[in-house]
Amino acid sequence: MSEHFDAIVVGAGPAGNSAALVMAKAGLKVLQIERGETAGAKNVQGAILYADALERLIPEFRDEAPLERHVVEQRVWLLDERSHTGAHYRSDDFNEDRPNRYTILRATFDQWFAAKVREAGALQITDTTVTELVRDEGGRVIGVETDRDGAPLYADVVVLGEGVNGLVGQRAGVRPELDPQHVALAVKETIFLSEEAVQDRFNLDGEDEGVVIEVMGSVSAGMVGTGFLYTNRESISLGVGCLLSDFQETQIPAYVLLDRMKSHPSIAPLIRDGETKEYVAHLIPEGGYDAIPNLSGDGWAIVGDAGQFVNSAHREGSNLAMTTGRLAGETVAALKREGLACNEANLKRYRHALEQSFVMKDLKKYRRLPGVLHGNKHLLTAYPRAISQAMQTFLRVDDVDKRSKERRMMSQFRAARGGWWNVFTDALKMARAWR
Amino acid sequence: MDAVFDHDTDPEDPGRRGLNLVVCIKQVPDSAQIRVHPVTNTIMRQGVPTIINPYDLFALEEAMRLRDQYGGEVTVLSMGPPMAEEALRRALGLGADKAVLITDRRFAGADTLATSYALASALAKLGAERPIDVVFTGKQTIDGDTAQVGPGVARRLGLNQLTYVAAIDLLDRATGEIVVRRRAEGGLQVLSSRLPCLVTVLEGVNEIRRGSIEDMLRAARAEVTVWSAADAGIEDPQQCGLKGSPTLVKRVFAPTPREESAEMVAVDGKRPAQIADAVLDLVFAHAPKLETELGAAPSEKERR
Amino acid sequence: MNTKAPARPGRKEQLPERFQSYRHVWVFVEIEEGRVHPVAFELLGEGRKLADALEVELAGVVLGPAGAATDAAVAAAFHHGADTVYLAEHDALASYRNEPYTRALTELVETYQPEIMLLGATTLGRDLAGAVATTLKTGLTADCTELAIDGERSLAATRPTFGGSLLCTIHTRGVRPQMATVRPRVMAMPEPDPERDGRVVRHALDLPEPDFVTKVLDFIADARTDDVNLAYAEVVVAGGMGLQSAENFELVRELAAALGGDYGCSRPVVQKGWLPADRQIGQTGKTIRPKLYIAAGISGAVQHRVGVEGADLIVAINSDPAAKIFEFAHLGVVADALTVLPALTEAVRRRVGVPAPVAAG
Repeated sequence: MSEHFDAIVVGAGPAGNSAALVMAKAGLKVLQIERGETAGAKNVQGAILYADALERLIPEFRDEAPLERHVVEQRVWLLDERSHTGAHYRSDDFNEDRPNRYTILRATFDQWFAAKVREAGALQITDTTVTELVRDEGGRVIGVETDRDGAPLYADVVVLGEGVNGLVGQRAGVRPELDPQHVALAVKETIFLSEEAVQDRFNLDGEDEGVVIEVMGSVSAGMVGTGFLYTNRESISLGVGCLLSDFQETQIPAYVLLDRMKSHPSIAPLIRDGETKEYVAHLIPEGGYDAIPNLSGDGWAIVGDAGQFVNSAHREGSNLAMTTGRLAGETVAALKREGLACNEANLKRYRHALEQSFVMKDLKKYRRLPGVLHGNKHLLTAYPRAISQAMQTFLRVDDVDKRSKERRMMSQFRAARGGWWNVFTDALKMARAWR
Repeated sequence: MDAVFDHDTDPEDPGRRGLNLVVCIKQVPDSAQIRVHPVTNTIMRQGVPTIINPYDLFALEEAMRLRDQYGGEVTVLSMGPPMAEEALRRALGLGADKAVLITDRRFAGADTLATSYALASALAKLGAERPIDVVFTGKQTIDGDTAQVGPGVARRLGLNQLTYVAAIDLLDRATGEIVVRRRAEGGLQVLSSRLPCLVTVLEGVNEIRRGSIEDMLRAARAEVTVWSAADAGIEDPQQCGLKGSPTLVKRVFAPTPREESAEMVAVDGKRPAQIADAVLDLVFAHAPKLETELGAAPSEKERR
Repeated sequence: MNTKAPARPGRKEQLPERFQSYRHVWVFVEIEEGRVHPVAFELLGEGRKLADALEVELAGVVLGPAGAATDAAVAAAFHHGADTVYLAEHDALASYRNEPYTRALTELVETYQPEIMLLGATTLGRDLAGAVATTLKTGLTADCTELAIDGERSLAATRPTFGGSLLCTIHTRGVRPQMATVRPRVMAMPEPDPERDGRVVRHALDLPEPDFVTKVLDFIADARTDDVNLAYAEVVVAGGMGLQSAENFELVRELAAALGGDYGCSRPVVQKGWLPADRQIGQTGKTIRPKLYIAAGISGAVQHRVGVEGADLIVAINSDPAAKIFEFAHLGVVADALTVLPALTEAVRRRVGVPAPVAAG
């Protein structure tokens, strides 16, 4: 006995859930297959949810979704070994009726999201790994095989939302193998603190307000990477991620990096007496625009991390996942409605929709960034240290006159990069990568 | 209530189609992931995943083995909040045939006596539809650890009670005889009893199967029957939940640290052998008699 | 299942009239295969304190066939502190079976009306207690680690909760007897007084065999007798996740052997499958009361703590100075158990002699 579905969605993360939700709402017969024991089980706790992308799928989500805190303050810290130089932006405007960003715990959030997909009518099975795509004689993808006993499952289209390290697409040859320069390894911990401790330490008013800290500099030990700290209701998510290729090169174990970050004098007091609940490692696609594979073909489409949809410059991921999932789902639903086949030519509409959206526009804008950072690692080490030195020179009050101090700061800065010319080219490179 | 378990009067199953087996399961927080707040001593439930009580999986597998051998069907039954439906759905995916959830605000705060009342009522209702042969439970739950609900249910329904069962050696459907090996202190009792009975299954006696893709699809489509207290045929709400619970938790607390903290053995710069000697010195200083007793211990062994 | 939230304070419950005459503390004297389980004596020791606090009698309950084993149990109950023994002899009680035992114990309770009844949390005690409590519609608190009497003559039964991360104190309201089970070795064994004697109350029971569907066909004694030693060993060495692998438990076994003691482990080790469940020490495993307990690489969760607190001397070896085990150990060593264990084995062999190797063959 074999079953036929309109669509099979592989994965129940934000991308897969969005695709499945849109198609199920359009009345398609959808089967979603998740390898974790529950939706979200394979995800890393602690993340930022960007409201807009979800609002387009579930307008009433604020009343129902398990959200931790809405973000009222963003901090960016440049770290050297003993100091941080920070920029903070906080605004009461973020305390709006419909806040724009939230911290969430992925395990609980993804379960809620998956439940919405079931409510919309999709069939969902968990604890089941898709092992192969099934093709017909003509090479068209017509279904999937799983790791359970039983016949293959057939569908007009298979939407792959299997995550960055999912193997189905690679095995089927529709996605290239992962390039260690295109993925970051992030390690993350959830550290429990009381609600009051979280609020006191981050100057938050009430259980809903939250802070996000992005950390750059010594935290990545010379590798291309960043750290982060998010406040949840009664815990803190904290982690650091660097390019896999850099980890391979430096041989620094990821947990060592995380331990160093936790013991940094600017961070340690924020997490003091917290109880570490979980430690997880996770891969994040960082290849940017140039690493995006073919997004669709005969009977298949790729969404979310599996398609390298992460904007590493702005640490955006879940919104791109939801948007790609939604657009893929809308494409398939439209083809069905028009009675058109989900073949290679027709599924190109999905790519076109993406090109029109912020997704491709943003990724194109930063297409040079991964390469620039990779080739210029000093950007993440030399400058934080130089800035820290300069700040100290500036702030320490002694018998040195201010003009001499300014000169010293300038020369320290120049020395950090071996001359003004290098500082100038660094600035140029960064500006072009950002443009 | 036991009349509903009488097979001879079963109009639905005159030819004895197969066994009607019910497994009681509980959704529990994954205890490995429960954390207690260090300051307030409250449980931090945030993001703690739930699982089917692991002991119940042995019961479920044992029931499915009987079903596979003799035919019939396996129903999973749970009492809990609405989200416990998830545990039942998982049990369906593992191969159970039907699932019933009894959920009601009135069940909140139930101790084991009140829990056995609610479960027994639901079982009686299921048994009225079709007589039940065996009710299975795990030997205990990992959150309560009481092992009391199984015996409570058996008692209320007048079922023969077979706890800590390590193996079912025989089940004769013609005579209704069942022979089990039951874990007792220092050995195994071999017991002969009769259906209908309640069996609590010992851990490690089998390995839960992995359902087929068809099982998973069936589970995803299956309707979990959801009963309120009234639906479950509960006649006396006074016997449910907090009201029906004679036991009352008066205080929850973390153990107090010992008055004097541990005497720490200095380890800095010492080799393991030095540390070991320092530890032994302290052990014998604290318990002088131990040194002579330990010296005597080997010679005793020699005599044997 | 007693995981509910604490009740609102200030609620007073008047004990109904019919229960107000319930008096005295009972301990069920468990006999399996002709042998009294030592937990019964431990409970008599604890029951003595409760009875003294209430100024009532302590009674043992002995069920069994007429004969030497039953007589010995009665005498032993007196030696360990009972004032009275309720004795019901019947052939139907020859081996433990739930039905006749439930009927017998329920009838005794209804006839003589104790206010507290304690049973061992053995497979027998748990099987029986659950059935009797349900029949009597009374409260039953499992696996208590501490028993006390509060100001209102009420039994305060403390037990671990929430998977062993906290303790809770449970009372039984509005009904008697107050029932509790206690695991072997949790309470101290009282010093027996062979001179002690008391009153025997014989109770005749009508237990016609045809009433009982369940029959005992056989009793297969465990082939291995060594595994019961753990709970009663004088010296215990145990390992936790800090040992990092199943193979490294050889280090624990060697030290235990050098000390002439037994070995065990914490719960996660069993969950990992490194050692079988009968080696687990803690609330859901064995409770131990050795003279010396060495915990290597064990973090010391409450669930473990309640299983070892009765030890005279606890030595903890853990590389994490913040490990909870140092909160209840007597001696602490902040070091890697994998290096300290073999060094300790070596030191013990050097200082107290090498145990003779077991003869080959």
